[in-house]
Amino acid sequence: MEFALSQDQKMLQDSVNRTLDRLCPLDRVRKAADEGAYAADVWHGLVDLGVPGLLIPEQFGGVGLKLLDAALVAEALGRHASPVPFIGSCVMAPLALLRAASPAQQEMWLPRLASGEITAGVAISEQVAGAREGAGITVQNGRLSGRALFALDFATAALFIVAGQGGTLHLVDASASGLQKTALNTIDSTRSLGELHFQSVDSEPLIHGNGLAALRDAGWIMLAADTLGAGWQMIEKAVAYAQERKQFDRVIGSFQAVKHMCAEMAAELEPGRSLVWYAAHAFDAIPGDASLTAAHAKAYLSEVGRFVARTSTEVHGGIGITDLLGLHYWFKRIGLNRQLLGGPEHVRHLAAKMQGFV
Amino acid sequence: MDLAYNADYESFRAETRAFLEAHRARYPKPYGGGRPAPDMLAWQGLLIENGYAARTIPREYGGYGAEADILKSRIIAEEFIRAKAPTGLSGQGISMLVPTLLEVGSEEQKRRYIAPTLRGEIIWCQGYSEPGAGSDLASLQTHGLEDGHDFLINGQKIWTSTAQSADMMFCLVRTESGRAKHQGISYILLPMHSPGIEVRPLKTMTGNAEFNEVFFTDVRVPQGNVVGERGQGWFVANATLKHERGMLGDPNAANSRLQAIIELMQEETVGGEKLMQNAVFRDRLMQLQGRVLAMQFHGLRLLTASMTGDDVGLGRLIVKLEGCELNHQLAAFAIDLLGELGVLYHGSPHVRAHGFWQRAYMFDLGLIIGGGTAQIQKNIIAERGLGLPREPKLARG
Repeated sequence: MEFALSQDQKMLQDSVNRTLDRLCPLDRVRKAADEGAYAADVWHGLVDLGVPGLLIPEQFGGVGLKLLDAALVAEALGRHASPVPFIGSCVMAPLALLRAASPAQQEMWLPRLASGEITAGVAISEQVAGAREGAGITVQNGRLSGRALFALDFATAALFIVAGQGGTLHLVDASASGLQKTALNTIDSTRSLGELHFQSVDSEPLIHGNGLAALRDAGWIMLAADTLGAGWQMIEKAVAYAQERKQFDRVIGSFQAVKHMCAEMAAELEPGRSLVWYAAHAFDAIPGDASLTAAHAKAYLSEVGRFVARTSTEVHGGIGITDLLGLHYWFKRIGLNRQLLGGPEHVRHLAAKMQGFV
Repeated sequence: MDLAYNADYESFRAETRAFLEAHRARYPKPYGGGRPAPDMLAWQGLLIENGYAARTIPREYGGYGAEADILKSRIIAEEFIRAKAPTGLSGQGISMLVPTLLEVGSEEQKRRYIAPTLRGEIIWCQGYSEPGAGSDLASLQTHGLEDGHDFLINGQKIWTSTAQSADMMFCLVRTESGRAKHQGISYILLPMHSPGIEVRPLKTMTGNAEFNEVFFTDVRVPQGNVVGERGQGWFVANATLKHERGMLGDPNAANSRLQAIIELMQEETVGGEKLMQNAVFRDRLMQLQGRVLAMQFHGLRLLTASMTGDDVGLGRLIVKLEGCELNHQLAAFAIDLLGELGVLYHGSPHVRAHGFWQRAYMFDLGLIIGGGTAQIQKNIIAERGLGLPREPKLARG
């Protein structure tokens, strides 16, 4: 029995963190935020580390690691508010292809995703979080019609994984005729979201097995891990500021009112780390626990993430809400993570359903 | 990451299970503190003999003498819960005094006290807090004046659970006058039948007297009853406060409460509708389930780290704060689920679980305050865990 990261896992996370420390400081985040939520140099740095092929088996040019490894990368990306595709392109799309695609489809797409040559977007929001604005995809003779909102890793995608009515999964070329793409402007300017409008668009079904639940679980876990990283970054920034900022001739971190805010953030967030680890491990190793713990990881980190984001901002006082400091990039990233693939109330409702309570 | 146990551990689990199955007829009523009943004493003896209690205490002091193995301890705990078997004796003597004696007690103290404490023949109470010394425990004023080979003790202790039935008290007494606050305290073992001791029950909001006040008037105790060095009692006691805080944040308690709440929601109806059908209640249940799971997995992480020596940062410092709060919230939720039935108390018609949830809700508030208040815990997390500075005045003291 060992509930801990392996040496390799610690090294993986360290090396991603070091690369991002170097390539993705606040100024780089700021610049990318003004330029479509994408930093090509940061992406290439991650490609050099093999991040796009993390979950893709070696036979397709990847490194064949597990979802827990991906969660460690997601945490590092959240920590740096990194403006790169990941959750859709490096995790959900490869998993959809691995779990539900034909050998020919895998051969066609996985090597190109693994090498970072292309990225993929994922549009399953209607089937997971529920349809808004009358969106939804109907499928007729392999052709898709309708709209899908909140497609993840949208801007750079050459390929989309799309969920149709009833939870079927489909592959769509981003340049297919009849597909109209509209970027959505969110509070978070470090990741790209968009809307897909299909008018009888040619697609390929992913028919081998039901991939949607696994895709959803993996997405939940990655969003939770991202918030874990972003949240800890916000705590560390609050603690550093509280040790430096003086009022009434004392650093504010020596006042219990401020100290306790910091302690509460840490005490609430840290158990979330074990929840993310467990859910990510269960995804590959304990199928019976996978969906429920993924849902709880998503809901727990959503709630605690919101608390940490606002509390850290408050510890910073007035400067916390300025653009000058840039703390808001993490605040907004956490805010986006909370709603993507379902807010905590919705996810908890699904968690209750999974246990037969509804 | 590997959550399976290897074959050695699985066979240990099978042995434990077989033992519990074979001795089902000898299960006593669960121990509720105080003087143990004869069937409990017999059970405790059987558990020690077979290594399911006092497991790692050396044989020469009346324990089972096994090597420390955290996984085996965990397996034992899991199997006892699974079999609904009463665990052995617990209490401050076993959980706090015995580890202290093993660490710093004299050979004579170890031989005299450990074995009978383990067997339940000596019941202990703890004399730390005083009316004027709560969170600032080191400001305690109960003092022992040197008188020949003895100390003459005067003062008052409070929050002393089991003082009425205890044979002995381990307590903190100021013995070195004129020394700095933390330097003048001794850790003393005191027979409760000594002349000059008066115990007054302290009734709490639950309606029970879970605590007592203890008054000392010229209580005579030999100087040989000091544990560790004279004047070093603060440091002796601190070594065991760790054990208490670990005990207070136990995630197993939260998990069994959660399971009881799930059963309650599946069975109880209001207006003909099962509580589980109520979406608001269900959402609260799911929120609490998420927290229970997080603390449970956090416990697994800490368990692994204590075997491997892995750094868990502030992981350990948050357990008392989060664990006690979670248990309290679970009790609060159960009361809300029961609504008007939830205010009924023991002895009333219609009462559920003999009023357990109300009693737990009130008693657990005491646990949030006791053993280092939630606010003291937050200071510890902020100062030791996050590196924030101490209060300037305290830092000087």
